[in-house]
Amino acid sequence: MRILNHPILGKDERENPITITVDDEKIKAYEGETIASAILASGKSVFRYTRKHRQPRGVYCAIGRCTDCVMTVDGIPNVRTCVELVRDGMIIETQHGLGKWSDQ
Amino acid sequence: MEKTQVAIIGAGPAGLSCAVEVLKNGGKVTLLDENDRPGGQLFKQIHKFFGSREHKAGVRGIDIGNLLLQQVEEGKARVLLGSTVYGIFNRNQVAFINRGREYCLEAEKIVIATGASENPLAFPGSTLPGVMGAGAAQTLINIQRVLPGKRFIMIGSGNVGLIVSYQLLQAGAKVLAILEAAPEIGGYAVHAAKLSRAGVPFFTGYTIKYLQGNERVEEAVAVGLDANWKYIAGTEKHFEVDTVCISVGLSPLTELCWMCGCEFAYIPALGGHVPKHDQNLETSISGIYVAGDITGIEEASSAMEEGVLVGVACSESLGLITGDEASIKKKKIWNRLEQLRSGPFGKQRHEAKVVQMGGYEGSEELQ
Repeated sequence: MRILNHPILGKDERENPITITVDDEKIKAYEGETIASAILASGKSVFRYTRKHRQPRGVYCAIGRCTDCVMTVDGIPNVRTCVELVRDGMIIETQHGLGKWSDQ
Repeated sequence: MEKTQVAIIGAGPAGLSCAVEVLKNGGKVTLLDENDRPGGQLFKQIHKFFGSREHKAGVRGIDIGNLLLQQVEEGKARVLLGSTVYGIFNRNQVAFINRGREYCLEAEKIVIATGASENPLAFPGSTLPGVMGAGAAQTLINIQRVLPGKRFIMIGSGNVGLIVSYQLLQAGAKVLAILEAAPEIGGYAVHAAKLSRAGVPFFTGYTIKYLQGNERVEEAVAVGLDANWKYIAGTEKHFEVDTVCISVGLSPLTELCWMCGCEFAYIPALGGHVPKHDQNLETSISGIYVAGDITGIEEASSAMEEGVLVGVACSESLGLITGDEASIKKKKIWNRLEQLRSGPFGKQRHEAKVVQMGGYEGSEELQ
């Protein structure tokens, strides 16, 4: 959920959203924000499933240290979505296990 | 190899303050940060700071951050963002990666101001999506402007837990409870009072027992603790929440200091293993300094003072300012640091710092 009005930060006045694709679904994002923010704003909370037990994982530290939020981005697995910024047309997939490189 | 006088690793409150001081004295500074924007945690601190006017009381963290950034830009520091430092070699080479490429920078002085990271807490269900650090929630709401849930529970009532709980309310979320395992609230009463007035209930002597949920947190179960920190049967409380924030302290990010071979001390009051340093915040390795939370967990106000102190010490050592100028400046900074380390909350940190510095008593010796 986006915070449109904030008592201290004011109104969110960002315009001209870009589009990224997450698991075949197109979602709205803003330049300068992280992939994780755009995904959380869209209401999705599972970013990957673990290798052995297939357990769901999401954003934990949001500063690029814990690697819980890694996903496959434009064919590259294990991208830390909480520190990687969005680009128009990015293709993002929920990661299963350690993921696969798209050229493999 | 590119050369600089002072390489500062980490562009948070300590690193920026250090840069500003060295630049003011005419030195050449290179600031490195692994993030794509500088400022460290300052830009998520939308609350007003405490303390005296010298400590920027009444000013919001974001405004302090903008001011420091402006000064760094005016002083023409070289700022390398998206640059992850992975090693320090021969005591004077900073090796880093930027956009997949390796670089090395030669520096006369190296300042490690890498800050801290949040401590995790393991319990059944703690890996479910919807469980996150309190700082993570703060980053999401105040920087990214995204609320990661609607109904929150906060574990830990130190200042981070209290401030983030209040900021969650400001962002439009509900905070159903703040749990504190200890018998009393950990942070400042003024923060706790604001939350109480807003109707947020505190549960002291309570911890989290487990979480329920399929693909995300759906329910949190808290339980009362006895004097030996054991669960008291029958005291369980159930909360319907979608997000659980953990604020159970921070640990200094000391990897680079360990790699350099700095001497360490184990001081729980400062967050665990911390590099030993002298009154100039120089580590056991000559030419390598530390500033901010890496020296022990405190607040942005102390991090900024430490940054300036290291800036003065580096400037003196590089011959940019005289020893007399430096000692006047250092004395003032130490006095301000000691003010921050006084009172019921600060006293313990003061005593811990004396141990860390091998008996150095701060301002008293300089007077």
